[in-house]
This record gives sequence, C-alpha cells and structure tokens, in this order.
Amino acid sequence: MSDTHIVTPPLSAQAAAAGVPVSGGSRPPGPIDTTSRQAAKRRKGVRSLGFHAFMVVCTIVVLYPAAWMLTSSFKPSNEIIGNISLWSDNFSATNFATALSGIGGVGFWTFFGNSMILAVASVVGVILSSTVAAYAFARIDFPGRSVFFAIMIGTLLLPFHVVIIPQYIMFNELGMVNTFIPLLAPKFLAGEAFFVFLMVQFMRNLPRELDEAARIDGAGHVRIFRSIMLPLMRPAIITSSIFAFIWSWNDFLGPLLYLKKPDMYPLPIALRLYVDQTSVSDYGAQMAMAVLALLPVMIFFILFQRYIVDGVATQGLKG
Amino acid sequence: MTAVTSGTTLDDARGARSAPPERGRARRRRDVGAGFAFLSPWLVGFVVLTAFPMVASLYLAFTDYDLFRPPSWVGLENFTKLFDDPRFWTSAKVTAIYVLVGTPIKLAAALAVAMLLNMKHRGQGAYRSIFYAPSLIGASVSIAIVWKAMFIDDGIVDRIQQLFGLPAGGWVGDPSKTMPMFVLLAVWTFGAPMVIFLAGLKQTPGELYEAASVDGAGPIRKFWRITIPMLSPVLFFNLLLETIGAFQVFGSAFIISGGTGGPADSTLFYTLYLYIKGFAQFDMGYASAMAWVLVVVVGVITAILFKTSNAWVHYSGDNR
Repeated sequence: MSDTHIVTPPLSAQAAAAGVPVSGGSRPPGPIDTTSRQAAKRRKGVRSLGFHAFMVVCTIVVLYPAAWMLTSSFKPSNEIIGNISLWSDNFSATNFATALSGIGGVGFWTFFGNSMILAVASVVGVILSSTVAAYAFARIDFPGRSVFFAIMIGTLLLPFHVVIIPQYIMFNELGMVNTFIPLLAPKFLAGEAFFVFLMVQFMRNLPRELDEAARIDGAGHVRIFRSIMLPLMRPAIITSSIFAFIWSWNDFLGPLLYLKKPDMYPLPIALRLYVDQTSVSDYGAQMAMAVLALLPVMIFFILFQRYIVDGVATQGLKG
Repeated sequence: MTAVTSGTTLDDARGARSAPPERGRARRRRDVGAGFAFLSPWLVGFVVLTAFPMVASLYLAFTDYDLFRPPSWVGLENFTKLFDDPRFWTSAKVTAIYVLVGTPIKLAAALAVAMLLNMKHRGQGAYRSIFYAPSLIGASVSIAIVWKAMFIDDGIVDRIQQLFGLPAGGWVGDPSKTMPMFVLLAVWTFGAPMVIFLAGLKQTPGELYEAASVDGAGPIRKFWRITIPMLSPVLFFNLLLETIGAFQVFGSAFIISGGTGGPADSTLFYTLYLYIKGFAQFDMGYASAMAWVLVVVVGVITAILFKTSNAWVHYSGDNR
C-alpha cells in the first residue's frame, strides 16, 4: 500500500515477467492491393459498429436507475412504482414543490444549508490538515517519520466501526452531540488518511531541488510549504476538495449518530426521515427529494469529471 | 518563488552562512521541531480519534455499558454471548456472502469493461465517465431509495419478471432475493475499480501483445499470460480496497430495510447489527466486542491477502 507502484505499475516490466518469449521476427511485408484494404476497412467499420452498439446498451443499463429516478421525480406518485417507461404525459414540477416545502416544520433549505456547511467546512478542514501532514511525511526528515507513515497507512485499512462507539461516548461526555463538531473534527485533524496519502504521493513527485534552493536562500519550512509546495499542489488540492465535498455530502452514518434535531439534519438524514414519515407512499415527492439531495454531486461530476476520473485513475480514490 | 528567494530575514539564512559543521546539526534539530509541528494535526487526530478510541473500545468489549451507568467489568461475557447469539452469526453470514459473492462479480465486471475501454475506438472517454458516475452516488441514501422503489412488490423489476413469465414478487420483501439485490447495487458501482484497471491496462506495453501474437498466442492465452500478470498489482489494490469496503456497507442496508435488517434478518449486515446493538439498544459493551471481532477478521484477511500476494502479484523489476 505504501508504494506508488501498486497503483501505477511502471512501464518497464519485461516480457520475461509475463512469461512471454520474445522473438525477433516481425510480420513480413506483404503486397497490399486496394480490394483487400477496402475489405479490411469495411471489417473494421463493422467491428466498430458492433462495439458501439454494445457500449450503448451498457450505457443505457448503467444510467437507467438514475434516469428513472430523475424522470420519476416529475411524474405523479401513482405513475412511479412499476412504471418502466421514462416518459409520462403528466410531467409536472409539483413533486419538487412538495419536497421544497420541507418536513416536520423544517424547510428544505435548512437541510440543504446544513449539508452545505458540513461539506464546505470538510473541504477546508481536509485541505488544511492533509497538506500540512503530507508536508511532514514527504519533505521533513525527523525520527519516527516512517513509523508514523506506516501507522497512517494502517488507518486506511482499519474498519472505522471500531472507533465509532468510544468516539460517540467521548463527544457525548463533552456535550458535543447535536453539534457539527464530531463530524468536522476528523477532517481538521487529518483523520481521512486517504487525502494525506494522496498528498504525500503528489508531493514526493515534486522536484526536491525546489526546497533545497529555497533552503539555501534562507527559507524555513513554513515558507517552503506556503510559497512553494501549496501553489504546486493545486491539482492534488482540487481533486481532494472534490472528493471531500462529495463524501461529506453523501455521508449518512456520521450525521445519523450525532445529529438528533431535525433542524440540524443534512439532506441524507432528512431524506430518510421523509421516507419514514410519508408512509402513505408519496413516491413522487420522495423521488424529487432524492434528486435534490444528489443535485450538487451531479453538478460536481459534470463540471469536474476530468479531475474526478483522473483522480481515481492515478490515486486509487474510490467514489 | 520570488518571495522565497528574497527572504533573508529568517535566521535559517544566517545559520546556513556561518559555520558549515554546525549547519547540519542545527538543521536537523530544526527539522525535528518542524516535523512534529507539521505532523501535529494528524498526530493529535490519531491519538484522540483513533488510538485512544481503539483502546477504549477494547476495554469496553469486556464490560457491560449502556452509556448511562458506568461500565462494569464482565470479563469474556460479551464474547461468549456473541458466539451464542444466532443474530450475530446471521450478520456474519450475510456480510461474508456479500463480500465473497459481490466483490468478485464487481471486480470481474470492472475488468471486463476496462478491457473494452482499452480498445482503440472513438468516444472511450465519454463511456469511461458515464460508467464511473454510479460509484459517486451508489452509497447515497437517494440511490438506496431508488433501489428499494425498483425492487419492491409491483416495482419495475417485478414487472420485468412477469414479462418474462417468471414468478411474480418484489425482491425487497423476499429474504431469498435481498442479497442478489445488494450484489446488483454493488456491481452497479463497478466504475471506480474499472477506472483503476484501465489506468493499469494503459501502462501495459503493447509490444508484449505483439510479441505474443507473433508467437501464435490466442486472446485467452494473452489474457492469462500477459494481462493478468501485468495487471496484478492493480488487481491486488482493487481486491484489497473493495474487500475492506464491502465489509463496511451500511447506509443502503439501513435505508432499504428501514434500519431493521429485515426481512427475516436477510439484510442484517454486520455493521447494521453493530449499530442496532450499540445505538438502538445501547448495549455498547457488546457492540464494542463486535467491533473488535470485525477488526480482527479484517486484519486477518488483509494479512492473508498481503502474504499470498507474493505468489501472484508481479512488480516490475522482479525478473524471474
């Protein structure tokens, strides 16, 4: 886990490792006449058509649940369950009006605001704490560093359920249940090891000469960190911010444990309350609420898909 | 950058210019201070939010504690109760099946689609983004609600079954079908491992395949002799993370079963039972014991994966 090459196996792997004997021969150059070239082209066209037909089918299957959710949110409640079609003659926005009117006296925008505060504060916390910690791991030599690094990697693999009970007891004793502190404290204390790991990997690839030059010119660590590292870390910071936002936005267990008052609820918990309360199956409003709860994530994905998908590809970040 | 180079007021600079032998020692001393200063947020977080809670939960596992009265030492009682508790075994079984069935199917789907995306065609970037999208939202409450609505009695899955003349009935209320429903939800989020596989495939040199073709190797042989060995570090990474992740599934099970793990405990995932014990019944000693069993099991599985990886994971530079 601690090695980069798990995620990105270098190019230099030899055929020998793969067990493939390499022979020196290459295909003899044959005479190419136009008819066979045309036939090859046609064959390639057919293959390409087959490929895209298959991929389009896959796309439809993959997108169907989300598309169904989206179109259902505009349908009347009695047209949702069991309706395979993504179309209705009775599309309207009334479900959204119902959803926006809130639950149990608390308006939708309160939930939205809570989610937004938590997500933005999480981003700030994650970026501040993980860049600082990563600088220590990647750039400063001090005794115990490798031990701490190994521990940090270990926490990546640790099932977090082992800590939720004592953490809850602790925050309960401190009177912090029903505040955002238990949810934000781990973010400001670099508790999400994934981000630290990502930053360390990124920082290690920045040329050492930059720090050395700055050191010779008299810059201390704070200066090097602030004036050299942080500006160069931009891509890693952007990727981390996007994921920190989305993870906080979708988080369910944390708010479920710590937030008991409806006016403190972020959207996922409000949504669950909504489903529990509308047992008369107002599916339309449920779907509208579900769509609204995912809207920022969807917008983020559309705007930043490059960063998101590349972040996953290069750093092994999960969704 | 300019700000750095012009900065001569810092005492580093004076130290650096004066006595060379002292420079190294002074610098090292400064590094120790700076190292711990920069590390301090993480260090505090680790001690307060991970190390101390882990020790505390280990202690609580040997006590009877309900959050209101002080914990009382009961020795191994929680563990003996645990092993006699049929619901504990049910939750372990539900999770084990989910991990053992869901993870391989998800990874196989991810690898298959990644190989398709690695072919030379137009529009691959768009397909990659679309297939990845469910990974971002798959664990959300919204999708759990959608899943439930799709798999409920008379829901669209039920309708499709009826179209094909299969026995009617939704999956949400049928204990024998809830697991396939969750596995499908997991497989739907194949995009994240797929993107990682694809990154690995792109790094596999094409000459290997050309050389193999020249030697007359067919596609199946190439897959087992080139693709899999070259991809083994990525495969290991995905296997490790997906396995650990699968052990911790919670939100969707909570929403779909309404927090009960039903019907007939068929969706009583381990973490859900832990939550019910700890936070619905306030049996926190028992829940702590469960948490430690989970840590040990995940730890053993991680260790096994790392140990066996020596045999099947090939890193470049190891020429055997």
